Amino acid sequence: MSGKPAIQDDRAAADGGTTRASNLRMFGKLVVVACAMFGFGFLLVPLYEKICEVTGINSLTKADRGAAEFARNTQVDRTRKVTIEFDANGRGAWQFRPEVNALEVHPGELVTVVYDLVNTRAVPTTGQAIPSYAPQQSAAYFRKVECFCFEQQELRGNETRRFPVVFVVDPKLPKDVGTITLSYTFFEVAGKAAATQAGAQQARGASTGQGG
Amino acid sequence: MSAVLDHHGDHAHDHAHDHPSGWRRWLFATNHKDIGTMYLWFSFTMLIVGGINALLLRTELFQPGLQILQPEFFNQLTTMHGLIMVFGAIMPAFVGFANWQIPLMIGASDMAFARMNNFSFWLLPVAAALLVVSYLVPGGATAAGWTLYAPLSVQMGPGMDLAIFAVHIMGASSIMGSINIITTILNMRAPGMTMMKMPMFVWTWLITAYLLIAVMPVLAGAITMVLTDRHFGTSFFNAAGGGDPVMYQHIFWFFGHPEVYIMILPAFGIASEVIPTFARKRLFGYSSMVYATASIAILSFIVWAHHMFTTGMPVTGQLFFMYATMLIAVPTGVKIFNWTATMWRGSMTFETPMLFAIGFIFVFTIGGFTGIVLAVAPLDIQLHDTYYVVAHFHYVLVAGSLFALFAGTYYWIPKWTGHMYDERLGKWHFWMSMITFNITFFPMHFLGLAGMPRRYADYPMQFADFNAVVTIGAFGFGLSQLIFLWAVVKCIRGGAKATDKVWESAHGLEWTVPSPAPFHTFETPPVVK
Repeated sequence: MSGKPAIQDDRAAADGGTTRASNLRMFGKLVVVACAMFGFGFLLVPLYEKICEVTGINSLTKADRGAAEFARNTQVDRTRKVTIEFDANGRGAWQFRPEVNALEVHPGELVTVVYDLVNTRAVPTTGQAIPSYAPQQSAAYFRKVECFCFEQQELRGNETRRFPVVFVVDPKLPKDVGTITLSYTFFEVAGKAAATQAGAQQARGASTGQGG
Repeated sequence: MSAVLDHHGDHAHDHAHDHPSGWRRWLFATNHKDIGTMYLWFSFTMLIVGGINALLLRTELFQPGLQILQPEFFNQLTTMHGLIMVFGAIMPAFVGFANWQIPLMIGASDMAFARMNNFSFWLLPVAAALLVVSYLVPGGATAAGWTLYAPLSVQMGPGMDLAIFAVHIMGASSIMGSINIITTILNMRAPGMTMMKMPMFVWTWLITAYLLIAVMPVLAGAITMVLTDRHFGTSFFNAAGGGDPVMYQHIFWFFGHPEVYIMILPAFGIASEVIPTFARKRLFGYSSMVYATASIAILSFIVWAHHMFTTGMPVTGQLFFMYATMLIAVPTGVKIFNWTATMWRGSMTFETPMLFAIGFIFVFTIGGFTGIVLAVAPLDIQLHDTYYVVAHFHYVLVAGSLFALFAGTYYWIPKWTGHMYDERLGKWHFWMSMITFNITFFPMHFLGLAGMPRRYADYPMQFADFNAVVTIGAFGFGLSQLIFLWAVVKCIRGGAKATDKVWESAHGLEWTVPSPAPFHTFETPPVVK
């Protein structure tokens, strides 16, 4: 390989020059691809929002416009009873709880329950409740005519407010579902940092074994 | 031939001809062989660190109840074990192989960007230091699992920030490494080395590097969002501000699934180099191997949600991801078939690299089958987050990637050091690893089927016996790796002189240079016929 260095070297040097240039061009292209993919990661956020909107999944806080009409036109199924459990979690400076913990209802029956929310701070605070259902398939059969979770709620300092939830369980609910748990989590909207910090403290408390 | 070492220092860009010594040789290394060596030692160190994490976990799980660890620390160890093994051990090890072998295999004098190569290596110890230091900050290291799922990752203490920075840095290192590898392969092949003449290892790394460039930035984006959610009041995943934690999983697994192929495709490449040599036949179905690798890479982008069957997906979505996932079994099957066909009627001998390569096929196939089981959505909903999943991904990652790395090490180490390794130690390493690996991970299938969830420091009584067996196996597996260290160190320090070709039936440019490979090789490109 080293027998004829002079000639080979010249050629290698010339080749080296063009290789260097095309290497740098390739470098530029690949950096652009990497940056574009970094942007694509962020683009996924509005993309998923759009997909959820179009397909109608994950619309937890959207008002169910057909629910009132549905409740009027539905036969009450007196042959079966479903237990509805109510659960409430406050994230931030809230006291949040349902006035009853569980009810037995007939599918198709229009039911009203009341949740109590206390703003434990002296300053006005805005929050948003996010509902969640167990079992998860029951969400499609749980139609809320009226709910405080449809919009953000603002409470004055130390205010206590009672929020009604009016709902009807679709009689088409699968027969094997005997119990539905409706759980709300009330999040603070303005001053999200405060809520996050509270969460962080909770996690830290838990990780040192003192949390609860 | 060794004259390539000592002539002409008169190029304009003569950094490649400096021969620094002592610590400067390593800190300012621009030689692909030195950098490859550093990558390999770094990843072995990380393998030991991650392995110690794992053994601590297994010690706690030896018996039901809490004996030596608090559950919080246990969670930190599980998380760090995953992060260290994935980003610190397996990935850098393959980059180390790429650095050492790709220029030698395609007849290039070095990697395309020698200084960037240095930078991408030296980022790794920094990232590793961040991870290790995070054990010491208030609240300890991140305990959200290696996937860093929101909302846990949005809430944890400062250990999480350190982990995010570490992953950012390791991601940057991988992207730079990949740019280097792609440019080297596409622009610097020896004359006559057409794409379809490239060794399979080079092909698999080319495809892997493209995968890395496509998905590493997406991971960087996802954890950047976690970071801004934590500190700058955004609400990508923070439900308090209208964000959605499940979206983190979607973005993460868009990275995460290609990532698992990033960790296995170069292993396929190594197996495709080792098996033909010891079967004394050409690789069966070379072009189908290339197409299979490319199909696996493309399919990896459309199967991410099979990690998320339990998040509440519409049935049509579950069906799509289920069938798309099962489709991956086809190109993977092609590969297994080709390796088997390569061995068919070959004149096989069973030196340590071949043992590890065959062991790789055998155990990886088991992991592939459990993968198909997990792809079935109704089964996955039952098995999700159980030890069945732990068994599955250790079969493909430890027995797949790690065994292939061992095969590659024994295969090429005579070229690197100039000495033959001790065959007896190699065989001991293989058999001990193979047996203890299966003692460790096979019972996990049963634990998972019986419903034992993963990532818990404790378990009910009925799982006690299998867990005791698993822990014994794990210590055996950990100790077996000391045999590997011994074999490697012994080989570096001496041993029978290796010939240039090393193996009777080895093919490829790397076997045309002397053993040990001189500091500079292929300064004048070889011509491939």
